[in-house]
Amino acid sequence: MLKAFFIFSILHTPWHWAFSGVMIALVMFLLLYSGRTFGVSSSFDALCTLAGAGKKVKYFEGDWRPKAWMLVFLLGTVGGAAIATIWMQSPQPVQISQATRDDLSSLGIHAPTTLEEGRGYAPEEIFTFRSLLTLRGFILLIVGGFVIGFGTRWAGGCTSGHAISGLSNLQLPSLIAVIGFFIGGLVMTHLLLPIILKL
Amino acid sequence: MTTHDSRLTLHGLIKFFLIGILFGIIMTKSEAVSWFRIQEMFRFQSFHMYGIIGTAVVVGAIGVLVIKRRGLKSFDGTPMDFTPKRMEIPRLLFGGTLFGLGWAMTGACPGPLYALLGQGVWVVSIVLLSGLFGAFMYGVLKPRLPH
Repeated sequence: MLKAFFIFSILHTPWHWAFSGVMIALVMFLLLYSGRTFGVSSSFDALCTLAGAGKKVKYFEGDWRPKAWMLVFLLGTVGGAAIATIWMQSPQPVQISQATRDDLSSLGIHAPTTLEEGRGYAPEEIFTFRSLLTLRGFILLIVGGFVIGFGTRWAGGCTSGHAISGLSNLQLPSLIAVIGFFIGGLVMTHLLLPIILKL
Repeated sequence: MTTHDSRLTLHGLIKFFLIGILFGIIMTKSEAVSWFRIQEMFRFQSFHMYGIIGTAVVVGAIGVLVIKRRGLKSFDGTPMDFTPKRMEIPRLLFGGTLFGLGWAMTGACPGPLYALLGQGVWVVSIVLLSGLFGAFMYGVLKPRLPH
């Protein structure tokens, strides 16, 4: 009975933050044990090299094959997210705090309260192909994507490489990078996003 | 730094694909890929994201300490890869801040971008392409940027 309840909880309720955190650490250890490191943003370099960027730009010269494992890992990530979305759906959309709900509502973004309104992962006001044609959607998705690629390569890592792998290894450089992540995130959320969302 | 054989065998292919599947499930069920959760985090209105990252770092740090103390090796007997990060403050701070802007805009960092694609949020394919172009432009401009 308890076991059945446990399995049902894992499958059909959102995971507790503590369980989620332990599982992310587990992924890092599985990759370390496999002789690799946990860091997703270097896949951008590998994909650029794979696409032939090395012929034009020195930075991308070299062999993409040592990074082939990461492309397979990320293919799995796409598949795992599909599995979780199709067969492990939670009964309610992502339950965020009322304060965030109110803040976003005043900016014109509705956080779904029922599954009919959405699953609460990506706001439907922004994450559509149609919104790419609006100034707001263009800035958030196209410019947003661009600075993720540019910024993570400049900093030499993202949340996985610096925040998880780097901090776990007590790397001071990673702490500085994470401070940077938060400077950018806070400036965007509190100063720029209110302007962009009104466009 | 890694001394292991970088060729990917069928066994390796399956292994990394399965670890990836696990990662995709974790990203989705933990809700760490939710744009709303990232907004909540940057507004300091919930402990959820801090709990996830904090737990991962604490468990990770204890594990790394144990691995180093006991000299544990990876599956093929080579040492695990703990290449130190270089202390280059301008690149960490400028690059990190730029990425932080994008994290709050798209509500996703690179891992979650792949996960959102798997969730069927198709427009994220454009965000990913844009991210690749961003990485490409970094490669082009690298010699002129402070590091």
